[in-house]
Amino acid sequence: MEKLTSQYPSSDFYDELIDNEGNPRPPAKQLLGYLDSLSEEELEHKRTTAEATIKEMGISFTVYSDEGNIDRAWPFDIVPRTIKASDWKVAEAGLKQRLTALNMFIDDLYHDQNVIKDGIIPEHIITDSKNFRPECIGVSPAYGVWAHICGTDLVRDENGDFFVLEDNLRVPSGVSYMLENRAITKRVLPELFENDSILPVNSYTAQLFDSLASLSPRDIENPEIVVLTPGIYNSAYFEHAFLAQQMGTELVEGSDLFVDTDDCVYMKTINGPERVDVIYRRIDDLFIDPEAFDPESVLGVAGLMRAWKKGNVALANAPGAGVADDKVVYAYVPEIIRYYLNEEPILNNVETYLCDDPEQRAYVIENLDKLVVKPANESGGYGMLVGPHSTKKEQALFAELITKNPRNYIAQPTLKLSTAATLISKTSLEPRHLDLRPFIIQAKDTYVTTGGLTRVAMKKGSLVVNSSQGGGSKDTWIVETEGE
Amino acid sequence: MLSRVAERLYWSARYLERVENTARLVSVYDDLMFDLPKNIEDSWYSLIEILSGEDTFEQRYKVKDERNVVKFLLADDTNPNSMLSSLKMVRENIRTTRDVVPKETWELVNELDLYAQQNIKQGINRSNRHLFLNTIIEGCQKIIGLLAGTMSRDAGWHFIIMGRYLERADMGTRILDAAVSLMLNSEPETRIQLGNVTWAKVLKSQSAYLDYRRTVRTSINGAKATTFLLNDPNFPRSLEYCFQQLVSAAQKLPRSNDITKQIEKVMAFQYPLPSSEALNEDFHDHLNSIQLTIIEINGKITENWFQFQQGDAA
Repeated sequence: MEKLTSQYPSSDFYDELIDNEGNPRPPAKQLLGYLDSLSEEELEHKRTTAEATIKEMGISFTVYSDEGNIDRAWPFDIVPRTIKASDWKVAEAGLKQRLTALNMFIDDLYHDQNVIKDGIIPEHIITDSKNFRPECIGVSPAYGVWAHICGTDLVRDENGDFFVLEDNLRVPSGVSYMLENRAITKRVLPELFENDSILPVNSYTAQLFDSLASLSPRDIENPEIVVLTPGIYNSAYFEHAFLAQQMGTELVEGSDLFVDTDDCVYMKTINGPERVDVIYRRIDDLFIDPEAFDPESVLGVAGLMRAWKKGNVALANAPGAGVADDKVVYAYVPEIIRYYLNEEPILNNVETYLCDDPEQRAYVIENLDKLVVKPANESGGYGMLVGPHSTKKEQALFAELITKNPRNYIAQPTLKLSTAATLISKTSLEPRHLDLRPFIIQAKDTYVTTGGLTRVAMKKGSLVVNSSQGGGSKDTWIVETEGE
Repeated sequence: MLSRVAERLYWSARYLERVENTARLVSVYDDLMFDLPKNIEDSWYSLIEILSGEDTFEQRYKVKDERNVVKFLLADDTNPNSMLSSLKMVRENIRTTRDVVPKETWELVNELDLYAQQNIKQGINRSNRHLFLNTIIEGCQKIIGLLAGTMSRDAGWHFIIMGRYLERADMGTRILDAAVSLMLNSEPETRIQLGNVTWAKVLKSQSAYLDYRRTVRTSINGAKATTFLLNDPNFPRSLEYCFQQLVSAAQKLPRSNDITKQIEKVMAFQYPLPSSEALNEDFHDHLNSIQLTIIEINGKITENWFQFQQGDAA
């Protein structure tokens, strides 16, 4: 058969595997050489092995729909994405810097608010934020860290430079898929792991465990750590169970916990109540405690905020941490880094127009067909307008939405997102756009995953990578190339 | 261990055992129908009676033939105890407790569930039924084997053991009861011939045929086969063994006194079965009372470990 890579189209985008002359980039050289050596049957066999592995491992995600929740097999492309280790080291340093500054920022907001007093960020941006929680003012979590687990979305532009697209500081998900992607790839392409140049990803859960343990309010050898899930019907339940299992901790639902009259949290066990020290909660702030927030919530634990404020239990991430992943706050992050760390940001922000500002708003409304408009507080790619792919009618709707509630919208130029070769039919590789979500853990120390979760827009030309909207995924290889 | 997790493990083991036992039951019945003398009348419908599924069955089907019975037992999603429904429950319970069982459990359960769903027609039609059911039984044993080989003997394990053996005791007594009824309802002149076939099949349904041969060392008859299946201390599907396992698992868990005492009381009584004549209505009542005890034990397990009231277990 003709070589897989020989017909690969060149484009204006930065392709991470194959350059514009059709040559493999250094970290992808071995991978593509190997794929080219396979016959059509062998390649097809690899693909079916991956599919069977996903089914057997039960790797699924849940899609909400009108017909009920559907459990779908994880969409996976067998061609990994490769990134040069030296490029990654820079991104890694940038991510650490960014989360350190963001945590200092959050801690400041709930204490002295110097960042506002010093005029770095306008007060109303914070007080109007849906994710600012006055209930958290004055609370001092361990190490001054509020966002312990962060999933930052990175993209690469036409030059291959990394940009931060958004910071997810509330309950970011996806890390289990990053780990499972590697497990699948090891079964599908075992030959390529024989050399040591692909860096391993598997230390994440051990790091997470150690970080969570370091938050325990009781100084004991084996603090009780639990993962709090909304339950089986949550789209990320697979991940909650996966993480609890990998860490050897209990996976609890709200009804398994209670706060006693001593303001400590207990879980119901076959031996009776047992004190809980650290809760890795995967439930949004507003549902964690019906006593403090939504009284209708059946997912949470009554009195949890009380116990947390008294310092009897650690919550990761801390309530109120989401104030820093507001997309309006995002625009200020470079300034925030300079302010707290007195350093230049290592990672770039994407240029962002704040609709809150009259001049910028006017520009946005005039250029809706060229921009991507995002609501300040949504995640999962919902409620967005992708200008170049939108109709006049949609643009008019967004103009109205923005005028009504300018604080709630930002706009960004459409990026020339990088692509990577993706197996589309039995015998052809085609470029598809992708992003990258590394995970950063901060407690006593800071840790960044090796690479992260790569999401791919499987439709030609599409920029939407969310698995709930037809996105797929790839294993991410950080590769040490010769001479590094 | 969380009470909720313990409860789900217990039920996942019960349902897994139910899947296996349903497959065994249909398989052995299939075989029995081939071997029964032509003049003996029995119907597939008695399987529905063994499993106390008459009401649900009759809401769904008019004709009590082989196809409907097998469909109802294996595939019907309106029957909460059908093999596929039970498998679904195994899957749901393991899915929500996968953090406390060996990682591969989930994979094996999925594999089995997929196989069963994709090949269910083979179970309903006669030609490949035996192979299909055998694969299901093997799939169940693979999971049990995985747990035996890799699961820590912690609280979770003990709940799995209790679930498995309580379910096994339940099905074991139902099968005995069915055989006893079949014999009681037959014409006296065909009874000997029928007995030869039936009791051998009952033993085979429990994989007990060869063990019986080795242990009892006489020809097969109703009284001896029943005694073996009720009282043999070593055979892992006998009632005695199931109860032993329940007691020793419960003893390793907190606050188990009440439960172990009750089981030991049932074990202490041995129903006298000097000859096959004793397999009569009184014995049928005895089996019924064992069934009721099993329901009671399930209730006590639930009350003691699962339905935790805030504060009262401290």
